[in-house]
Amino acid sequence: MIPDFSQDYFALFGLPRVYRVDMARLDQAYHAMQGKVHPDRHAHLPETERRLSMQWATQVNEAYRTLKQPLARAHYLLRLAGAEGGHESNTVMPAAFLMEQMEWREAVAEARAAGDHHELEKLMRRLDLHAGEIRAEIEQSLDARKDYATAADAVRRLMFMEKLEHEIEDALEALEN
Amino acid sequence: MALLQISEPGLSAAPHQHRLAVGIDLGTTNSIVATVRNGIAVVLQDEVGRSLLPSIVRYKADGGVDVGHAAQGAQSLDPRNTIVSVKRFMGRGLKDVSHIESMPYDFLDAEGMVRLRTVAGVKSPVEVSAEILKLLRSRAEASLGGELVGAVITVPAYFDDAQRQATKDAARLAGLNVLRLLNEPTAAAIAYGLDNASEGVYAVFDLGGGTFDISILKLSRGVFEVLSTNGDPSLGGDDFDQRVYCWMLDEAKIRFPSIEDTRYLLLKAREAKEMLTSHDEAPVHAELSTGEAVDLTLKIDAFAEMTRTLISKTLGPTRKALRDAGLTVNDVKGVVMVGGATRMPQVQRAVAEYFKQEPLTNLDPEKVVALGAATQANVLAGNRAGSDDWLLLDVIPLSLGMETMGGLVEKVIPRNSTIPIAKAQDFTTFKDGQTAMGFHIVQGERELVADCRSLAKFELRGIPPMVAGAARIRVTFQVDADGLLSVAAREMTSGVEASITVKPSYGLSDDEIAGMLKDSMEHVGDDVQARNLREQQVEARRLIEAVEAALAADGRLLRPDERADIEEEIAALSKRIAGTDHRAIKAGIDSLNAATQDFAARRMDQGIKRALAGHKVIELKL
Repeated sequence: MIPDFSQDYFALFGLPRVYRVDMARLDQAYHAMQGKVHPDRHAHLPETERRLSMQWATQVNEAYRTLKQPLARAHYLLRLAGAEGGHESNTVMPAAFLMEQMEWREAVAEARAAGDHHELEKLMRRLDLHAGEIRAEIEQSLDARKDYATAADAVRRLMFMEKLEHEIEDALEALEN
Repeated sequence: MALLQISEPGLSAAPHQHRLAVGIDLGTTNSIVATVRNGIAVVLQDEVGRSLLPSIVRYKADGGVDVGHAAQGAQSLDPRNTIVSVKRFMGRGLKDVSHIESMPYDFLDAEGMVRLRTVAGVKSPVEVSAEILKLLRSRAEASLGGELVGAVITVPAYFDDAQRQATKDAARLAGLNVLRLLNEPTAAAIAYGLDNASEGVYAVFDLGGGTFDISILKLSRGVFEVLSTNGDPSLGGDDFDQRVYCWMLDEAKIRFPSIEDTRYLLLKAREAKEMLTSHDEAPVHAELSTGEAVDLTLKIDAFAEMTRTLISKTLGPTRKALRDAGLTVNDVKGVVMVGGATRMPQVQRAVAEYFKQEPLTNLDPEKVVALGAATQANVLAGNRAGSDDWLLLDVIPLSLGMETMGGLVEKVIPRNSTIPIAKAQDFTTFKDGQTAMGFHIVQGERELVADCRSLAKFELRGIPPMVAGAARIRVTFQVDADGLLSVAAREMTSGVEASITVKPSYGLSDDEIAGMLKDSMEHVGDDVQARNLREQQVEARRLIEAVEAALAADGRLLRPDERADIEEEIAALSKRIAGTDHRAIKAGIDSLNAATQDFAARRMDQGIKRALAGHKVIELKL
């Protein structure tokens, strides 16, 4: 009796269940859905309807956010495939990867301590490139090969990269204040 | 309210029932009320044709209150009781208010929000703001010739939860039904976007009397999507006046001016600032109560120099907003200027330089917010016309989080999340047999609780005793479309439920509001009971009418027994309308509402399905 939130987010927006989402279609479907359920559309109605509308709009926002962000979308696809595998607790990563992470971290910390805006932005660009490669890997293993174990591994690495990205953002922001 | 008219959300209500709704820009310096008349947003003027109402309230010894122009003249005669720029105190503690040393008021630091001691007693900023809103409300009702269905009140996008809650409380206190709190730059974008049929990424640069906001929006096919917002809640035209004032003291060698002279000199400072908008220099003449004289000339270069740091303070938030949106200045198609302070040529120059393009000033920067709010109010009140098929998606400006071990903040909802939004987080007990757990909700970007704004503290009690780590306590944050937060906590494992919903401690309780409302009504000799009864009767009749219309249109969605239940509720409520007990009518309304809840959901669902059925979302043309 409510918009069918029991179906997965892809179905909710009428999209195929793949990692490579057509962003323009997602945006359009999202806008069309919010155009119906958003609280602004029901502000003149009694409290019951307004409450329902807020709930639905909240869920539509959550669905959109999940499909829009690559990491969240990848997590979600793994979950739908039943291949989530507790990656949040599973922190055993290859030694080489961990070494690389430490190097990144040191570079960020150094640039931050030196107040080097340019270096931080350079690091950010390098990181973006690298994250892009991992995302391509995720797309390959999820969409083309349905190899969830490999995908889960790449997702874990992407989580590290996004964390680094936040660190650089924080450092850049701290420099500005 | 035409209730349950939900199956076709895109269509307007019957044209003959145009509902009176207004948009109000409750500004630091001036406030404005606007409405949509014959499809066009217009500012409502007072009886002598003035649009701007100075946001000034004077409390008099006889209990009377002057608002606006009437209070303006008393600023330097009776500064202690003449409150200007009250917006700076909304939802603020004493330590949060800048330039407190040059303010003439008798402050009282109270829990959460500062209070002002006046000749008419202690006043909260909420009450002072309510006086401004009351005057605008009566201006609107006189001008439109009827009671308002509701109002959209604008707030700075960077207002935190406490400031938003305070604003909503002020509106309720003024007897206004708040249809929505709307962010000022977003309101401006609506007015601008609809006027110019704009598409693309726009920045709204809003420098008002006391607040600065920058919002980045994407406009596409009737959707106004806020990508990010940032700002400074205590930066505005007032600060420019303050700089000129300090310069005057310095140059004229005045020490320790009285509070009356301070207010007087600040007015002179503002005059000089405004004159420099169109002149290269401004004479400053003033005679103080001490006999001291100020006789100076403020040159535009000197003014630019003394206010340079203020202007550069706008650029940090601007950079952050762009970064949060994942964009650069090259992506920005236009920059909309909002707020009186953007009239200053050096502000316009700084913005042009930063964005590498001339800012857009074709709409009056002081009225554009109220006009956008009026447009939104018109739609929210249900007067949607065919051309109003636009949608607004706004964000929360500051991250929401909870205190964790060691005074650190764990973010639950990150800034710039699209609202409405809900997030749940699970916690557990850390001691065996622990039956209570405390929570501290904060807002801000910093890592330490001490550096963020404390919104509320509460305790969940009645957790069944278990070993440490066995309880599962789920804390849910819900931010509604007004950007207001509510938090609930619940123990999940035991089947025993305990839950609590909190409102920020800054907000007034419903009882306090009701009390103040009652006081103010008695003050003007209104009969609360009669008013309540009238309101409930109108509400009940509207509800019945709407339910009957819904039954006629979509009765097939109900089983016969469900329909019989609803009809019984209608009959019961109809009987109560004839009585004089407004509480009984209210109870009947609630009961009918509850009985139609499922029906409403089914109709809403059907409406959505119908709207999407013909063309599957996936097949929609791009």
